[in-house]
Amino acid sequence: MPARDYIRERFFPHMWCPGCGHGIVLNGLVHAIENIGLKKNDIVMVSGIGCSSRIAGYMDFHTLHTIHGRALAFAIGVKMSRPDLTLLVPMGDGDALSIGGNHFIHACRRNIDMTAIVMNNRVYGMTGGQYSPLSGHGTMATTAPYTNIDQAFDIVSMATAAGATFVARATAYHVQQLPNILEEAIRHKGFSVVEVMTPCPTYFGRKNKEGSAVNMMDNLKTRTTPIGSKAKQENPSLIERGVFVKKELPEYCAEYQRIVEQAMKGK
Amino acid sequence: MAKLKLRAHVINREWCKGCGICVHFCPRKVLELDEFDKVVAARPQDCVCCKLCELRCSDLAIEVQTEQD
Repeated sequence: MPARDYIRERFFPHMWCPGCGHGIVLNGLVHAIENIGLKKNDIVMVSGIGCSSRIAGYMDFHTLHTIHGRALAFAIGVKMSRPDLTLLVPMGDGDALSIGGNHFIHACRRNIDMTAIVMNNRVYGMTGGQYSPLSGHGTMATTAPYTNIDQAFDIVSMATAAGATFVARATAYHVQQLPNILEEAIRHKGFSVVEVMTPCPTYFGRKNKEGSAVNMMDNLKTRTTPIGSKAKQENPSLIERGVFVKKELPEYCAEYQRIVEQAMKGK
Repeated sequence: MAKLKLRAHVINREWCKGCGICVHFCPRKVLELDEFDKVVAARPQDCVCCKLCELRCSDLAIEVQTEQD
């Protein structure tokens, strides 16, 4: 099993709840890295705070478990000093878009070569099921006992508008597509955003009567559709998955190096 | 591609949390949960080695080993 080569087995079984989608993302990520053939020593994983961010502890790369919402800021620091390393930044939905919302949009704008993985379970799981900016209107949470009146962000639209050069959405159900999308994102030279929709049976599922982990996985299947499918035209409420944006723009570290060389000429 | 031949389902009972995702989504209904809510390969002869259980396992607790591995 490729997973065994890339994880810190001494921390297993992991602390995620039964049926949590984060483990499936870890599994998909390991397969993607195996397919690319990256060496463990060339990968840095930087995470913030939350259930999702615990993934950095379980992976046997160089890992940084940093502060809430600021994973991208730390990752940019690492990348600027060592542009040869591959940066992976797993974040939760609240971590990336609420606490770290500003870091997120500016990292997209800068087009620095790293992969941001937003594990979207639509709730703050670790702290007890508070609603997040991805919960959406009409959902229930421990802090929204009479339903949530906030509208949700759309990560894909937001990352696209902020200028990310690779934007994709995958789900924890579509496990054959997930490693492929992650692989494409990691290979992309520039800032890549991958939203992975994952189930949180313990908080989001329980509060919103979505049933067991199995039911939540089934929902991911029935509520999503590939980009541009006929089903989407017939039922606009379906969520599209696939690669939305893939374009080439000057990469930040390369541009920075160019400026350094230009400045050194004056000496 | 040659048809994959099953060698064994390697199940890590310490890691399995019994969520039942692999059991429900197995296309050939090979897997079951036992009385301790741990997954077991009840009908290994029906397995087609699609490895969907391995990919969907949130706990990394199941591995489908084939003769080709």
